[in-house]
Formats: sequence, structure tokens, C-alpha cells
Amino acid sequence: MAERGAEPEVHPVRRRALRAVRHLFSPLLPDDYLELINPLWTTKELRGRVEKIEWQGSQAVTVSIMPGFNWPGHKPGQYIRLGVLINGRFHWRAYSLTSDPEPEDGLISLSPKVVESGTVSPYLVHRITPGTIVRLGEIEGVFTLPDPLPEKMLFISAGSGITPIISMLRSLDHRQEVNDVVIVHSAHKADEVMFGDVLKDLDDRYPGFRLHLRITEHDSLFTVDQLDDVCPDWREREAFCSGPGEMTDSFLDHFEENGLSDHIHYERFQPVIGGQGKGGAGGKVHLTHSKVTAECDGDTPILEVGEEAGVKMPYGCRIGVCHTCVGTLLSGQIRDLRSGEVGGSKGDTIRTCVNTAEGDIAIGL
Amino acid sequence: MNKNMQKKSPFAHLTEEQILELEKEFDRIHEEVYNDLGERDRRYIKSVISAQRQLAVAGRVLLLASLSRTSWIAGTACLGTAKILENMEIGHNVMHGQWDWMNDPDIHSSTWDWDTASTAHAWKHSHNYIHHTYTNILGVDKDLGYEIMRIDPKQTWHPRYLLQPLYNLALMALFEWGVAVHDMDIDAIRRREKPLSDVWEDLKGISGKARAQIIKDYVGWPLVSALAVGAAQTASQGRMVKPRSEPIRQLLPGSAKRRTLSRLIGAADAVLPVAKRAFVSTLAANATANLIRNVWTHAIIFCGHFPDQTYTFTQEETENESRGEWYLRQLVGAANIEGTPLFHVMSGNLGYQVEHHLYPDMPSTRYAEIAPKVKEICERYELPYNTGRFGHQWGTVHRTIFRLAFPGGKPRSKPGPYKRTEDEKPPARLSEASRYRARMPASSA
Ligand code: FES
Repeated sequence: MAERGAEPEVHPVRRRALRAVRHLFSPLLPDDYLELINPLWTTKELRGRVEKIEWQGSQAVTVSIMPGFNWPGHKPGQYIRLGVLINGRFHWRAYSLTSDPEPEDGLISLSPKVVESGTVSPYLVHRITPGTIVRLGEIEGVFTLPDPLPEKMLFISAGSGITPIISMLRSLDHRQEVNDVVIVHSAHKADEVMFGDVLKDLDDRYPGFRLHLRITEHDSLFTVDQLDDVCPDWREREAFCSGPGEMTDSFLDHFEENGLSDHIHYERFQPVIGGQGKGGAGGKVHLTHSKVTAECDGDTPILEVGEEAGVKMPYGCRIGVCHTCVGTLLSGQIRDLRSGEVGGSKGDTIRTCVNTAEGDIAIGL
Repeated sequence: MNKNMQKKSPFAHLTEEQILELEKEFDRIHEEVYNDLGERDRRYIKSVISAQRQLAVAGRVLLLASLSRTSWIAGTACLGTAKILENMEIGHNVMHGQWDWMNDPDIHSSTWDWDTASTAHAWKHSHNYIHHTYTNILGVDKDLGYEIMRIDPKQTWHPRYLLQPLYNLALMALFEWGVAVHDMDIDAIRRREKPLSDVWEDLKGISGKARAQIIKDYVGWPLVSALAVGAAQTASQGRMVKPRSEPIRQLLPGSAKRRTLSRLIGAADAVLPVAKRAFVSTLAANATANLIRNVWTHAIIFCGHFPDQTYTFTQEETENESRGEWYLRQLVGAANIEGTPLFHVMSGNLGYQVEHHLYPDMPSTRYAEIAPKVKEICERYELPYNTGRFGHQWGTVHRTIFRLAFPGGKPRSKPGPYKRTEDEKPPARLSEASRYRARMPASSA
């Protein structure tokens, strides 16, 4: 099944009115007709209209979106799945929300950076125009500001890893809570710094805000060894780390070695597929509904194994965030391609896009 | 290939290598189209869906005034057309998965339901799977005669077939119900091969669909019409529509003729009979729209496989069939109907039944585009390409139904290999065919 947006918060009176007349429209819903007048009016899923697009450094844009119904709000640092139509097809990707969680203009925003070989980010950065209707999925993510707020904070980011942090900083600003914040942000070139002006502005306005910008074209990469120099009191701080996997890993290890693993917050935003999991056993994948059995090498997601065997497998994001691809595990063990963890017991719903077979398995798909 | 098949089949002259070549050529057409799908195709299906919904709205609105003759006719026509579009170009094709590539949950085979009596689930099994896999194999493809008719001389005669012209007439009017019951696979139930729990599930599904149609077409909208007319009549103080004399007042005992009550009754007298008439005429309009849709779909569907030109197969003939042979069976087991673009939209592009059977999952709009390529293959490999005008196809179908009601009957003579005819517009077609040929590796044919 194709992926759908999140269910919007609709006024109960409206919901009830639509329910009352729905029999007159079966097998469609009144929504299917309302949508003809305005695509944002459907209550089947949350949609939004793109209002503006602003450059954010030389390689990224900020896309501001007005949601069709009440925006449920997000926690600073969370991400959302966005569905966009490119050449007739819907594509879904997850992006950090970069807007203030309580925006005054009601707009939410996300800030994709272009990956030239990709499909969605070049579209968002170069081609999308105001007025475009997009689908908005669930808000997810555990990389958020703690409550109550820690006294002292340290943010470490690189590249587009700044995006969840910007939402956190905006929220702190909104609440007038920028008391003692250190941020170390690295970008490759000076003109690629995302949200440079926002960071500058915070730096100007708050004496407790310290910004260390590193341009890796000239400066060396920011590593754990430099932590003591840049931020001597890092042990007293609550740290938030967002950037490429290797960077996050090295800081995680460092904090752990110092017995401070509770003090660092992070999110593996883009799962690494096929990366860590190398060397699994593999096995036969039996898809019970389709009555197909295929060989799996232990490195390929079950989703792809099924597709190669000619089965129409359900999927959405293909990176483990949307849960469209789930099937019930009927027997055998699976290995998570992101963590390498082996597990699974009968009756589990598993995501076929990020799991592979560890020995023979059967799935109700 | 089976020896038996080689003798009488229209592809007996093909060598195994040629069949393999053919398989590749057919695969390539599919691949070319799939690589090219995009915005243009999406725009097409979206506009058909939106046109269908607007027609449905127009029909329902016009029928609010179903007491006016003109409005009744226009409303019924709109609604009937909307229902035809909904079943044919939208429902049938969406549920084939033709639009799944868009990854749009609103237009997807896994979520779509249609305005007809069979459930999406049952239909996808009996049609997409059984009929499209085992096309025209006697005893396996249940669409051959729909288990109640003898439409191939190879089917053994039974006295019950004497009545098949009558069944056919009934089926025409009640086609959607016929399809729904057919989906249940009565044969399997009779042979006790189907678990009762499944039968129960089917019945629940069909009655759910029946309930939905009754509530919508035979209760809901007639009621809305009645209310609308009643309200207009009240607002205009009874001047909107001249009531025929059905004075409720007369039914009351004399004592009830006090002032307020009397006025109330006066009002009811003016409103109720008119509202009742509106209810009945809207109900009749909706029933007519359903009937129009049924007769039309019956005609198109029957022309797909039962005209004289099509071939049927026995189970032995199709044992161990290769993919290329599967394509060939689809090619000669189906028949096209010629017509205008509007005709093709209204028939769900099933006028391109041949192309549809070769590529059931391909977006229907592409059938017209690939037809020249399919014909070109037929010409080159000396294969039949079955097609004819609507009246002709329909005529031969019904001639068969009448003739085979009686014992005996011979297979009608089949068309020879496809040859381009004079009146087929050479410029567009020729260039298309030659462009296509230029892309193909030199063939041994
Ligand atoms: S396809 Fe999205 S979670 Fe698997």
C-alpha cells in the first residue's frame, strides 16, 4: 500500500457532519468531493500548501508550509515525513522541522540540503514553487530538548545536521531561555553554512550564547580531542549531537569513555542500510500470501528480495521510517540492517525495508 | 510447446526461438512504457476522476428537481455516465494496479473500492488472478460463459443451456449482481471445495455492498430530493408545484378541522404528495442509471472474449506454457472494438482488450499508443489481431449465445494473420511501426 499522511486534528463538529452524510457518497467519502474544491480540505490526511522558499546557504532552502488543519505542534528537534509529487509519483522523505514549535505565522518549515544524485532534495531545492500541495506525515523523533531545560547546553553539528538544532534554538529564543549555550557547527565552505544569519543574530543578542563556526575547507575537522579547548566545561553540559554518522559515533564513544553517556542526545536520522550489518547468515524468505520463496544473501533487505522475486511488496520510504512495508513474521529470525541486531519472534510485525533474513524465515505478505 | 497445440493453434508456425523473440519484444513494449510513465499519465487519470465526480454531482443536483422531465433525463444521463466511468475507466483499471506506480494511496489497487455489487477483494481474485492468468482456458477461466452459458462449441451441451438467451437478458440488466455472485465461485461451492467460512465472508461482503447501494441510490438521494422539493414547496407556500388532488384533509374526522390544525393539514396537503412524487422519480432515475451502466458494461465485457475471432484453449494445450506462449494466448484470446477516443474512455479502454490482456497492469491510456506496435508484431510474425466494429462484435457474440443454446455448433472460422488494410491511416501508423522496427534487433522472421 502506498503511504499516506497523518490524520489531521479536525473539529469534532466537522467530523460528525461528514460522517452523517457519508452513506450518500459511498464507496467514496464526502472528502473525495470536497478535495475537488480545495485539496487541503480532505480530512483523510494532513496536507499543506507551500507558502515560500528561501535560500539557506548556497545548497539548501527553507520550505515554509501552511498546514491545512490545526498543526498539532512538534517538539523542537523532531522530524516529519513529507510526501511530494515528482513527475507523477509520490516520494516520501523525512526532514527535521526547522520552525519554531510555536510559530506566530502558523507556518512550519523544513530545510533540505541538496543531494545532487537524489530525487527529492533537488526537487525541493530547485523546483518546488509556492502553492504546491504536499502531504504531511507523522511527526517523529527522540532527539528533543529535555524538560526541564538543562542549565548549560552544548550543541555539536555539521552540515545539514544543524536543522533539528535550529528548531531547538528557536524554541529557546522564543522562551527567552538562551542562558548558557555553546554551539560548535562545521560546514565545508563559508557560503554553505545553513542558518548563518540566525546563528549570528542569536550570538549578537544573547551574551550567554557562544558560537564556534568551523569552515572545514580551511580549519581542521572538529574532533573529540578539541573538545577540551573549545568548551572546557563540556562535562557539565547536556550535549546534543547531530551530523554525519562517524562524527556522532566518535562523540558518543567519547562521552561513554568519560562515563557521561546519559549526557549526550542524538538521533540516527538516516539509517545506514546494508552498512553495519555485513556478514549475516542469510537464508530463504518465504512470503506466505504470495506463495513465493526466494533466496536472501543476508545483506539485502527482505523488501528487495521480494521485489526481485516478482512480488508486489508494499513500501513507502524504504528507509525504515514509515511502516508501510510491514509484514508479520511467522517463523525464523531477522537481522536489522542498521544495527546488525538479530532478533524477532513469531507474530512480530517487521519492516521489510530495513531487515534481512538470518536463516530461513516466513512472512505473511 | 505441446504437440497437440501445434496442430490447430494460430501459432503452430512459430519456432521455439521465434516465441522466445516474441516474448522479448512484448516485454520490451512494457518496459518502454513503464520507463516513460510520469506527469502526463497522472494528469490523465486525475482528470478522469475529477470529471467523473463532477458528473456525479451534476447528476445528483439535477435530480433534486426530478419532477421536471428535462431535469430527470439530464440528471439520469449524467449519473449513468458517471457510473460507467467509475466502473470502467477508473475502478477496473485502478484495481488492476495500473496506477499503483504513482504511489498515491488515493488511487491505489490496495485501497480502491467501486460502486458495484462485488467487493474489491473478491473481484481482484476472480478477475485479476483467475481470469487474467488462465484466460480462455476451458474449465479454468470462469469468465468463459460465466458458468451459466455455453459460448464455446467445445463446452458440452446440457438442456439448461436452452434458456441461455433468457439468462443473458437477465444478466444484462443485473450485470453487477451477476458479477458479484460469479465471484463467489459457485462451482467450487457445489464441489464443496470452498470452506463455508469463505462463503460466509463473501455473502457478508456482497450484502454490505448491496446495503450501501440501497441506502445511497434507493433511499438516501430520493429522500434528499423529497426534502428539497418539500422545502421549496413550503417556502413558496404551495405554489412551486401544483399538487394533484390527494387531500389529506379528507382523511380526517370532522372534529379535527379546527383552525391551526387545519392550516397545518393544508400545508401538508400541498407538500407531502409532491415530496412523495419527488422521492419516487429520483429513485426511478437512480435505478435507470444503474441499469444503463449494467447494460453497457455487459456489452463491452462480452465483446472482449466471445466474438467469433477469439480462440479458446484446453487445459492440456496450456500445460507447461512458457511466458512467450502466455503472451500469445492473451493475444488471440481477446478481441478489440474499434471506436472513437470517447468510446474508448467510456469503455475503460477495453476496446483495447488485446493490449489489456497482454499488459493488464499498464495504464489504460497507453493501450492506444502501443496498439500499432502490437499490430506490427502480429504482421511480422503472421499472427491474428482480433478487432472489429462495436456492432459487429456485439452481433457475433449474441449470435453465438443463441446458436450454442442448442446442441452441436462448430467453431467459427478465424481471421488469418493480421494484414494492414487500406483504410488504416498509413502516415502515423507506418512511421510508428518503422520507428519501432528500427529499434528492434533484426528478426529472423
Ligand atoms: S518502507 Fe517505510 S518503513 Fe519500510
